[in-house]
Amino acid sequence: MGTTIRATGAVDCDVHNAVPRLSALFPYLPASWVDYCRETGVEGFDPAFYPPGAPLSARPGSRVGEGPPGSDPCVVRDHVLDGPGARYAVLNCLYAVSAVHNPDWAASMARALNDWQAAQWLAADPRFRASIVVSTRDPHAAAEEVARWAGRGFVQVLLPASTPAPLGQRVHWPIYAAAEAADLPVAVHPGVGSANPLSPVGWPSHYVEDYACAALTLQSQLTSMVAEGVFAAHPGLRVVLLESGVTWLPSLMWRFDKNWKALRREVPWVDRPPSQVIREHVLLSTTPLDAPPGLDHAWVDRFLTRLGSVEMLLHAGDYPHWHHGNAPTALLEQLSPAERELVLSGNAMRLYRLPEEAGWAQAD
Amino acid sequence: MGTGGLIDCDVHNAVSGDEELRPYLSQRWRRHMELVGSRTFSPFTKGYAYPKAARLASRRDAWPPTGGLPGSDLDFMRGQLLDAYPVERAVLNCLFRAPEQRYDAYGAALAAAVNDWQVEQWLERDERLRASVTVPFEFPDLAAAEIDRSSAHPGFVQVLLYPRTAAPLGRRQYWPIYEAACRAGLPVGIHAASTTPGPITATGWPSYYIEDHTGLAVAFQAQVVSLIFNGVFDRFPGLRVVLLEGGFAWVPALAHRLDALHARLGEEVPDLRYPPSHYLRTHIRITTQPMEEPERAADLVPLLREVGADLLMFSTDYPHWDFDDPYRAFRTRVPPDLRRRIMHDNACATYRLAS
Repeated sequence: MGTTIRATGAVDCDVHNAVPRLSALFPYLPASWVDYCRETGVEGFDPAFYPPGAPLSARPGSRVGEGPPGSDPCVVRDHVLDGPGARYAVLNCLYAVSAVHNPDWAASMARALNDWQAAQWLAADPRFRASIVVSTRDPHAAAEEVARWAGRGFVQVLLPASTPAPLGQRVHWPIYAAAEAADLPVAVHPGVGSANPLSPVGWPSHYVEDYACAALTLQSQLTSMVAEGVFAAHPGLRVVLLESGVTWLPSLMWRFDKNWKALRREVPWVDRPPSQVIREHVLLSTTPLDAPPGLDHAWVDRFLTRLGSVEMLLHAGDYPHWHHGNAPTALLEQLSPAERELVLSGNAMRLYRLPEEAGWAQAD
Repeated sequence: MGTGGLIDCDVHNAVSGDEELRPYLSQRWRRHMELVGSRTFSPFTKGYAYPKAARLASRRDAWPPTGGLPGSDLDFMRGQLLDAYPVERAVLNCLFRAPEQRYDAYGAALAAAVNDWQVEQWLERDERLRASVTVPFEFPDLAAAEIDRSSAHPGFVQVLLYPRTAAPLGRRQYWPIYEAACRAGLPVGIHAASTTPGPITATGWPSYYIEDHTGLAVAFQAQVVSLIFNGVFDRFPGLRVVLLEGGFAWVPALAHRLDALHARLGEEVPDLRYPPSHYLRTHIRITTQPMEEPERAADLVPLLREVGADLLMFSTDYPHWDFDDPYRAFRTRVPPDLRRRIMHDNACATYRLAS
């Protein structure tokens, strides 16, 4: 954080805990899959979305010890909880098990990953919360996994932005039904979950293009979830868009609303302007913000008016990644104390039903 | 309008049917047309994967009494558009399915036929008309040859591509098109279109046309990302790209995103000479239809200024269903100077139109 704004007492909504090596999951994986991994020479599922050498992938000082950045709970605790004085950190593990094509293997890997998160991370500090990792290949298995963990330190369901089919489509609805039943939001984070190209017009050449296009993928997923009727079928569902920029949302809402006026008969379950559906169901993390350098009060004022509500924004550090510059902090500086409190912690405390005193008891 | 003339940057002239192109095809391709005909990426012989808002995506009043398709009858178009508004020039973008052909040589033959037809049936019949060169853009060497051939006629002011390509347009495979466009002194236009060799989002195929249409804006953005980061504008400093019918409210957020990413990850693309937003403002122009409609109408003028007073060019999209009426498209008062640039001056500069 910057010098003028302290994030003391904040809820950091996007922290990436990393699997140190595939074998760390073996204690949680059925023996048949352990054998399979060993005998076929599987090398792990580190996502091809954060090249290890790229400055974006690890902030200075996060490469400690042998494993990848974010793989040591003690180091992460120092860096995201004790250092900045955060109240809670929500762990979003990006180990890309959902990109595995084999649906049974993918589901087993996701189960092992969640067991590992519970044992190695949630048990390590009562201020850690985690997201339930699921594979979309078998939505019913995913729904069972959501039900298995709800309330036990897991506060949301995590889906990768790049999926084999748009997330709004009915095949995915068992996941939303389970999340709604467990009162958990569903988060969508840039990441690889399929073999689809990373842009709507084919495979980009450079990593910087992949990353730039992640914001576009989130826009496609949001369009899909609204148009296909996810929120009409699951009125209690909240969706969190992580690490995908924020400032594109007004332009999408305008275009979507305009099209809805002319094309709504295709999607009769969208019975209100899409912008209204989005504002009722969607929150976004502020890192990165995609804002101009030196944003001032007038810019923030205009941005919040177009967005609709400061209650849609969640503070996030995106540890150990490092690309957001100072825009999220600059945004906080321009907010009133009450608005700032909402973005830093209030919105997340309410969304994730976090107790004032860290612990799981009240969440059970 | 109030002040002066209008350049309409997006008007669709239509080929009413294959038979209309027969006179412009050799015997070999006439035979191919009879034998096999069109083979595109669409699952259907006719129509679209996602039915449009209206038949052929057209205004219901745009079907000419003479019986052809909307946009096929110049006299009728004069009555509904060219004479009905103070149109000084109109740029025709013919969306006939030549570029979508999977058989490269047939696509090239159809493109050449469309262009010859445009010269004879449109450009030489009304001096207000200009047109885009149809090219088989997935086969860039054939496209370049067609640009070289057609650009000899002064009525062609642009090369026409579609946004949903087989690969991102910055990739080297497409560079022969840019080379030929620069040789001919023409901008490259990218116009919204439906058919595509791959899924239309990075997450696969959506279910509804509202997603297809809303999602066009992200396809255009992906092309901007690709063109800039692959160094197309450094390699072709004279190249201008026009984005047609892809919206423009997304420009500021994308520009901020790309500049911030370039500041952090620029080492990956060391040949880039400027921050990404520089290329956007210098090389890219954007047409206005479908006009952005901010929730508060008063937000439109600040948006126009934020995007850039020199970037935007007015278009009606006649005869399509979401036509923007030049008198009513802006739902707020636009200052006269800004309005004149959008309605007229920017297009004159981009297409080098004398006025």
